[in-house]
Amino acid sequence: MDTTQYLDVFIDESTEHLDILYNQLLLLEKNPQEKSVIEEIFRAAHTMKGMSATMGFDDLASLTHNLENVLDDIRNDKITVHTHIIDVLFAAVDHLNSMVEDLANGGDGKRDIQQILVQLEEITSGSLSPSTSTIESQADPVADASDLSLDEFELAILDESEEQGYTNYEISVTIREDCLLKSVRVYMVFEALEKFGEVIKSDPPVNDLEEEKFDQSFVVLLVSKHEAKEISDQIKNISEIEDVTVKEFSLANYRTKQQIELDNEQSNQDTNNQVQTKSAPAPRKMIRVNIDRLDALMNLFEELIIDRGKLEQIASEFNHDELKETVEHMQRISTDMQNVILNMRMVPISQVFNRFPSMIRQIARDLNKNIQLEIIGAETELDRTVIDEIGDPLVHLLRNAADHGIEMPEERKKKGKAEVGTIKLQAYHSGNFIFIEIEDDGAGINKEAVINKAIRNDIITADEAETLSEQQIYDLLMHSGFSTTDKVSDLSGRGVGLDVVKNTIETLGGSITIESEPGVGSKFSIQLPLTLSIISVLLVQLQKEIYAIPLSSIIETLKIPKSDIIEMHNNKVLDYRGKVVPLVFLDKVFSVPDHDEERDQVSVVIVQRGNQIAGLVVDSFIGQQEIVIKSLGNYLRDIPAISGATILGDGKVALIIDANALIHS
Amino acid sequence: METQAVENRKVIVFQLNHEEYAVSVEQVGSIERIQPITRVPQTADFVKGVINLRGVVIPVIDLRIRFGLEEIEHTDTTRIIIFYLDDMEVGLIVDVANDVVDIPENIIEPPPEVVGTVHVDYIEGVAKLGDRLLILLDLQKVLTTDEIEHLKKVEG
Repeated sequence: MDTTQYLDVFIDESTEHLDILYNQLLLLEKNPQEKSVIEEIFRAAHTMKGMSATMGFDDLASLTHNLENVLDDIRNDKITVHTHIIDVLFAAVDHLNSMVEDLANGGDGKRDIQQILVQLEEITSGSLSPSTSTIESQADPVADASDLSLDEFELAILDESEEQGYTNYEISVTIREDCLLKSVRVYMVFEALEKFGEVIKSDPPVNDLEEEKFDQSFVVLLVSKHEAKEISDQIKNISEIEDVTVKEFSLANYRTKQQIELDNEQSNQDTNNQVQTKSAPAPRKMIRVNIDRLDALMNLFEELIIDRGKLEQIASEFNHDELKETVEHMQRISTDMQNVILNMRMVPISQVFNRFPSMIRQIARDLNKNIQLEIIGAETELDRTVIDEIGDPLVHLLRNAADHGIEMPEERKKKGKAEVGTIKLQAYHSGNFIFIEIEDDGAGINKEAVINKAIRNDIITADEAETLSEQQIYDLLMHSGFSTTDKVSDLSGRGVGLDVVKNTIETLGGSITIESEPGVGSKFSIQLPLTLSIISVLLVQLQKEIYAIPLSSIIETLKIPKSDIIEMHNNKVLDYRGKVVPLVFLDKVFSVPDHDEERDQVSVVIVQRGNQIAGLVVDSFIGQQEIVIKSLGNYLRDIPAISGATILGDGKVALIIDANALIHS
Repeated sequence: METQAVENRKVIVFQLNHEEYAVSVEQVGSIERIQPITRVPQTADFVKGVINLRGVVIPVIDLRIRFGLEEIEHTDTTRIIIFYLDDMEVGLIVDVANDVVDIPENIIEPPPEVVGTVHVDYIEGVAKLGDRLLILLDLQKVLTTDEIEHLKKVEG
């Protein structure tokens, strides 16, 4: 996992926890019996342990882990606090502090902590004579410790299980040389082991074992509450097993061994490191701010924008030069300010994406499919509000892709595809939008099935089905009351359909489109606005009413003589740069009262959605403006072709036109 | 005199076509003078549009149209009563907003069943208070049935 992006936050929070540790240790020295103080210290150490393990700072993690053990014993009255213990604790925190400082200065946070680790361990084991046991406790385990290499996640699990009273076993299994179907035996061993507990790790990895990519023996790490004997007996019962050894896996020994190896390595690379440390950039200073405060700031800023609109209006009426200049200056400043505020709210989408790989792995296992998830553009930044909302729809789409999209391995083989199905999750910026695409190389969407189902569910009639375009057929998938799976799987077929996904995305001001090719795969593309609250619009007039059209969907505005409008098959169209563009008369769509006399000049706003273009006919253009989007409230939901409202400089409400919906119709 | 034991319901009383209606005061946000309303196209006819109430956009319903009464010009006494219902804010246009009164619960009677008239479910009951006859509205029903109608209109 790439954790560099979290480094700033990590350092920030660690510094806080270190402050707590120092202060509370001082208190503890004065009041050794005070339970709340110990609790506080314990919490800080525990949090730091978790964070540093996640970040992959092993030295920090193991030191905090030992620190935590001591504190736990103090907490549970196994040890009484005295000056020596306090001294050791302070020394440990000093070490932590230096490591965090090293990280903050661009270092790698590694440090020789062997001595302090031993000191801490001695406190927990009750012996207080530092010199004697050190060598013994070190020498033995190293030889004994396993050769497995564990990542920080696996270590964390093992830690956790030790704490909860489970035993970690390292089990070596040797299969007889003349065994014909090694993978079958492997399977049986795993099945047997899973009855006893959880397999954390195997060497070689499970996939290789299944493909018989190993000699005769393999090693497995098992977390279990059962006796070693019981486990080895059970495995020996499996035929064609040559030998089984089950021994306890000691995490402390493992760590010691790793440490020594690391030390050796480090001394070799020391000179190298020195150079690197200097060149690495120091992380920026940062503070964490509650999102509510940012929201409050945003709300105030919105008010300011409304007043700015008012001022612009006044300035244009008065025609006073200085006033005009000031207002223009204010415009520039507030635009900058808006960017700054919006940037503060931006969060990388990795926050959402990060949980998907394990989810897909789990789904694939449940469905007995081989699926690999490819993530591109996790660093793409999105407004915090969108991040909070987009998770569930994406989960749904990914599950859909895994469940309905990717075929079973045998089926894929038959079709001549790679057995491993790929789901590609991609995020990127383009213009004022963020695009998120979920693409699978599965079976694609069966159009026939979709149509039949839609007819059965009375969403369309058989006649209508004949005239549907490809996109319209896919849109049916997202129609409420439509769910494609006939058999209800516990994954995606549980009542909530794609219509919920579509609704969520549309509430966020976005849209979703589906592309698919039978046998090749499907692609769901989500388009989301960069910001949710302030947009640039063109204000237009329809009789006495004022409407706002988002600039993001406008290509161009035109004033054309009425004679340029062509009547075609009862539809009015326009020849726009050699393209026939359908015209939408907004006064008719919105049934604006007091129909005006026809004029010679027609004002047209050319809008686009995807590759479709339409011309919206209005009475006149008022001008471009930044507006604050307001919701129409819960009572007026789903008004056709209206996406929201805004308050103009004069205090009146203007409606925002959803150009996408107009092109669609 | 009513006995002390009887619970009182505090209601706001307003007039429509010289009849007096009452709604529980807890649901009332504020009473506003009539102000410019922006029409929202393709909504039910009794949805007059939206107003800007101190920076919040609020939909406004003309109760006269909702109750099938004749629509009249707004006058000096016309008011918009802002109601808060669950997660909705809605303004109702009424002829006159009168006063706030206490109605003892025990004088509230179910709406009289009149043979041959259309049953309206948004009337919760009636209360005779002195020589005034107050019609108690179930606001939720005034609005929710609307929603169904409104949806039908949009879809059909």
